[in-house]
Amino acid sequence: MINILFFARLQEEAGRESLHVEKAGYTIRELKEWLDEEYRLTGLNRTMTARNEEFTNDDAVIADGDTIAFIPPVSGG
Amino acid sequence: MALFEITSEPIAADTVAGKVKRPEAGAVVTFSGTVREWTNGRRTLKLEYEAYRSMAVKQMERIGQEVQDRWPDTRTAITHRVGELHITETAVVIAVSSPHRRSAYEANEYIIERIKELVPIWKKEYWEDGTAWVGDQLETHPYSKGGPPLYD
Repeated sequence: MINILFFARLQEEAGRESLHVEKAGYTIRELKEWLDEEYRLTGLNRTMTARNEEFTNDDAVIADGDTIAFIPPVSGG
Repeated sequence: MALFEITSEPIAADTVAGKVKRPEAGAVVTFSGTVREWTNGRRTLKLEYEAYRSMAVKQMERIGQEVQDRWPDTRTAITHRVGELHITETAVVIAVSSPHRRSAYEANEYIIERIKELVPIWKKEYWEDGTAWVGDQLETHPYSKGGPPLYD
């Protein structure tokens, strides 16, 4: 089981803050493709991803228990 | 006393500065980022900040480490607020101390630039003419410099 987190605009689009799914073994890219089909989230392919709170890339393979967060362009400060 | 914090309470700049004061430091530079009413002719009514709190603290600690590497004689504290903020309220306070002022000034400016690049905090603008997430992919300025740097 993996934990997916949505923030800002993506959270509004998904209509939820998080999602628990059986997608261990997927790459980030595959997960994005799956989410795009299931939830119709716009611009996921251009969204940065964090795996267990560190930025990662689309080729990273997701392990069981990972927390994957989609990080729209940040605007703090 | 946490040097890197996300809070939903108002921030007192003195409190953040107090965390970096020490006998060896002859300078403390404190930056406050506040909510501006007018941006390019558009009026902001209020802002809402959202954070991925645990990761935001981690990334602020990373910035603190970068600063330590570049300006070894400095000490840094950052507090960023989340939730609803009104005009003139403080969203972020960055305090840097150093034995002499130059490194504190330089490090402080470096920190705000890095916050805007890689700390997962999002600002929602409530404009007079509508609402929008700032920095959204649908706007014309996605990630500055092509995205936050990747670390292995």
